[in-house]
Amino acid sequence: MSRKEKFAEIALTVVGLTSVAVLALIIFFIFKEGSPALAHVGLGRFVGGTRWSPGKGQFGILPMIVGSFFVTFGALLTGVPLGLGCALYLSEFAPRKTAAVLKPLVEILAGIPSVVFGFIGLTVIVPLIRDHLGGPGFSVLASAIVLGVMILPTMVSISYDALRAVPQVYREGMLAVGANQWQTVTSVVLPAARPGILAAGILSMGRAVGETMAVIMVAGNATIIPVSFLDPVRTLTSNIALEMGYATGLHRQALFATGIVLFVIIGALNILARAFIRSR
Amino acid sequence: MTPSSGSGRVSGLDVARRPERKPGRLGMALVRASAFLTVAVLVFIIGYVLVRGARVLTPRFLLGFPEKMGREGGIYPSIVGTFVLTSLSVAIAAPLGIGTAVFLTEYTSEGLFSRIVRFGTESLAGIPSIIFGLFGFLFFVIRLGMGWSILSGSLTLAAMMLPTIVRTSEESLRSVPDIYRETAYALGASRWQTVTSVVLPSAVPGIVTGVILAMGRAVGETAAVIFTAGSSLRLPGSIFDPVRTLPVHFYILAREGISLENAYGTAAVLIIAVLLVDFAAYYTLHRVSKRRSVTGR
Amino acid sequence: MRENPGEEDRNSGQVPKVRAEGFSFFYGKVEALRSLDLSVPENSLLTIMGPTGSGKTTFLKALNRLNDRVQGTHHTGSLLLNGEDVYGKGVDVADLRRRVGMVFALPVPLPMSIYENVAFGPRKQGISSKKRLDEIVEKALVSAAIWDEVKDRLDSSAEKLSGGQQQRLSLARVLAVEPEVILLDEPTSGLDPLSTMKIEELLRVLSRSYTVILVTHNPVQAARVQGEVAFFYMGELVEKGPASSMFVRPKDKRTEDYITGKFG
Repeated sequence: MSRKEKFAEIALTVVGLTSVAVLALIIFFIFKEGSPALAHVGLGRFVGGTRWSPGKGQFGILPMIVGSFFVTFGALLTGVPLGLGCALYLSEFAPRKTAAVLKPLVEILAGIPSVVFGFIGLTVIVPLIRDHLGGPGFSVLASAIVLGVMILPTMVSISYDALRAVPQVYREGMLAVGANQWQTVTSVVLPAARPGILAAGILSMGRAVGETMAVIMVAGNATIIPVSFLDPVRTLTSNIALEMGYATGLHRQALFATGIVLFVIIGALNILARAFIRSR
Repeated sequence: MTPSSGSGRVSGLDVARRPERKPGRLGMALVRASAFLTVAVLVFIIGYVLVRGARVLTPRFLLGFPEKMGREGGIYPSIVGTFVLTSLSVAIAAPLGIGTAVFLTEYTSEGLFSRIVRFGTESLAGIPSIIFGLFGFLFFVIRLGMGWSILSGSLTLAAMMLPTIVRTSEESLRSVPDIYRETAYALGASRWQTVTSVVLPSAVPGIVTGVILAMGRAVGETAAVIFTAGSSLRLPGSIFDPVRTLPVHFYILAREGISLENAYGTAAVLIIAVLLVDFAAYYTLHRVSKRRSVTGR
Repeated sequence: MRENPGEEDRNSGQVPKVRAEGFSFFYGKVEALRSLDLSVPENSLLTIMGPTGSGKTTFLKALNRLNDRVQGTHHTGSLLLNGEDVYGKGVDVADLRRRVGMVFALPVPLPMSIYENVAFGPRKQGISSKKRLDEIVEKALVSAAIWDEVKDRLDSSAEKLSGGQQQRLSLARVLAVEPEVILLDEPTSGLDPLSTMKIEELLRVLSRSYTVILVTHNPVQAARVQGEVAFFYMGELVEKGPASSMFVRPKDKRTEDYITGKFG
C-alpha cells in the first residue's frame, strides 16, 4: 500500500515537471540554434539593421520589429475598445438570458482556426482596402483588422471575468444614491475592474504579437519599414514561417535568431502582465 | 431624469455637459454596438465559410483523394491525418496535464516547487505557436530523428496544449469541496485513494471540458504543425508517416491560389469540426452545472 | 502514568480510552488548545460544548490527525489513545483514522451510491469480497438506524437523501470501519429538530459499545444527550462533569454565563 503511495507521489512529481522541462528545452534549442547567427551578424546589426536579404548575407530585422509593433498596436486599437464594450454589455447591461447565449458564442470565436481568419481577411478585407483606400490592400490596416478580431475572445472573456468580480454591493450602493446604470459603471465598476482589464489588454497583445498564419495571408510580407497604414508589412512571426521551409545554414540560424527576439518580447510582455495582475 | 431624484449630484459633470439627455446615452449605444458587432463578425465568418464551402461538400470531396496538388479531388487523407494527429496529441497531453494539476492541487502546498511548476506552465501558455513549431522541428524532427511525422506533430501539439489542460483541470480540482477530502481521509483512505476515488471523479466533467477545448484549438493549429508533421498529401500508414492536416491543406490551397473552391470546402469542414468539438465541451459543462445546482453545492 | 488532580476518573485503575496530558495545539503562533488535561473512559459519551473558537474542533482533528493537512501546526504535551500517543513515532495515520471515526458538521455524501458510501472505508482497507462487504454495509446501516429507509435503493445516489438521512449515512460510513472512538463535530447543526432528535438518540445507544465524543456549541443539546460534559472556552477546558450536575450547579462563572446564554 505505502509503496504504491510513494510511487504515485514520485510519478506525479515527475509529471508535474514536464511543463518546466518543455519550457527549458524550448529555450535551450531556440537559443542554441539562433545564437550563432546573432554572434556572426552582431546583435546591434541584427536588431537594428534595416535590410533583410538572405541571398546577399544581409540580416537586419528592424523592419519586422517595427512591423510587429505597428500591426500589434493596430490590433489593440480595433480589438480592445470593441472587446471591452462587448464585455461591458454582457456583464452590465445585457439581460441575463442574452448574456448566457452570447458569452459562449464569443468564446467560439476563439476556436476558429487562425488560417480561417486570415482567409476571410484575404478574400474580404484586402479587396475592400485596395478598392476603397488604395494601395495593394495587403497592409498594416488589413493585418490590424484581422488581428483585432482575433484578440476579441481573449479581451472579452478576461475583462468580463474582471467586471463580474466587482462585488454587487458596489453597484447597489451607487444605484441606491440615485445614480443611473451608466454612471455606476463608469464611476465604480470600471475603476474597480481596471487591473483585470489591463491584464486582458496585455494578454491580447501577446496573442497579437505571436499570431503567424493569419497575418501572413493579409500583410503583404514586404521587408520594408512601413510608412503608411496602407503599406505592406512583415512581422517577426511571418518572417520565420515564410522562409523556414527552404532556409539553410546562416539563413536558417538567422530565422531562429528572429525566434529569440520574439521570445524575449513575449517574455517581457508576460512579466508585465503578471506584474499588473499582482500589483493590485 | 427628474431634477429631484438626486442623481444629478452624483455625476454632476456628466449631466452638466449634456443637460438635455440622459447621462451615458452615447456610451450605452456604443457598448451595445460593440457587442452587436462582435457577434455579427462571428456569425459572418462562420456563415460566409459554410455558405461558400457547402457547394463543395460532397461525399466525393470528403472521402476522395486529392488530385493535382488539391486542385481537384478530395481531402480524405487530411481528414484522417487531422483526426489521428489530434487524438494522439490529446492522448499524450491529457495524462501529463491532469497529472500536473493533481500534483499542484493535491500533492504540494504553495511553495517554491509549486511556484516553479506554475511558472513553467504559465510561460508555456504565452509562447506563440510558431516558436513551438521551431522547437518541434529542431527537437523531434531533427534531433530525435522522428522526421516530419504524425508523432512529431502530436508531441509538439501536446506541448502546446499542456498549459490549457493544466489550468482547466486545476480549476475543477480546486472546486471539489475540501470536505470530500476530509471525509475520505477521516475514513482512513490514503492520499492516492482519496484522489482517485473521491476527488478525480467529482472533477471529471470540468477536466473533460478543458481537454475538449484544448483539442478544439489543436484541430485548427497550423504554424506548429506545418514544420513538424509536414505537408504530404498521401494517406498516412502509421504515426511515423507525415500528414497534411486540414488547416495546413487549407493554408496551402488558399495562399498558393491552387483552388479557392476547395479551400472554402476545406475551411467549412474545419469549422464544422471545431464547432462540434466546442459544442461537446459546452454540453459537458452544462450537464455539470445542472447536476451541481441540484445538489446545491 | 501521572494522575491529574481535579480530574475524577470513574474507571480509575483502567487506562482511559482517550487522554490528553498538558496537550497544547498551535496553528502557527496561535494557540488553539492550551495545556489540556482530559480523559474519556471507554464506552462513554463525552459532550464538548463551547463557543466558536474554543478549540473543540481542533481537539477532534488532533485526535484523528486530520490537522496534519494544515500547514504550520505543532503541538506540545501528549494525546493518548489507549495509552499510546497518537503523535508517536511509527503511528500509521490511516489506521489511526480508522480507529477514530469522524462525522462532520455538514452531511457529506460522497459522490457515489449509498452502498458505495458505506463500503468506502472497508474497500480502502482492502476488503473486496462482495459477501463480506454486503454484511458490513447492512450492519452499519442498521446500527445507524437508516437501514429501513434505504434498503431498497442502495444503488441510488447518496446525494438524493434528505439532510438527516445523509447525516445518518455519514455515521454508518464511519461505523463500517469499526472504529473504537467516534467523533462528531456539530453533527446536527444543519438538521431539523426531528432529525436532530434521531441522531441524539442514536448517540446514546452507540455510547454503550463505542467511545463517543460529541462537539456542540449548543448547551441545550449537551444537556439533552446527558453523559459527561466538558466546557471549552478560548482553548481551555473550563470544567468537566456529569451533565446532571453541571447544568444545575456550574462551578465556574464562565460556564454559568454560557449555559444561561449570556454569550456564545
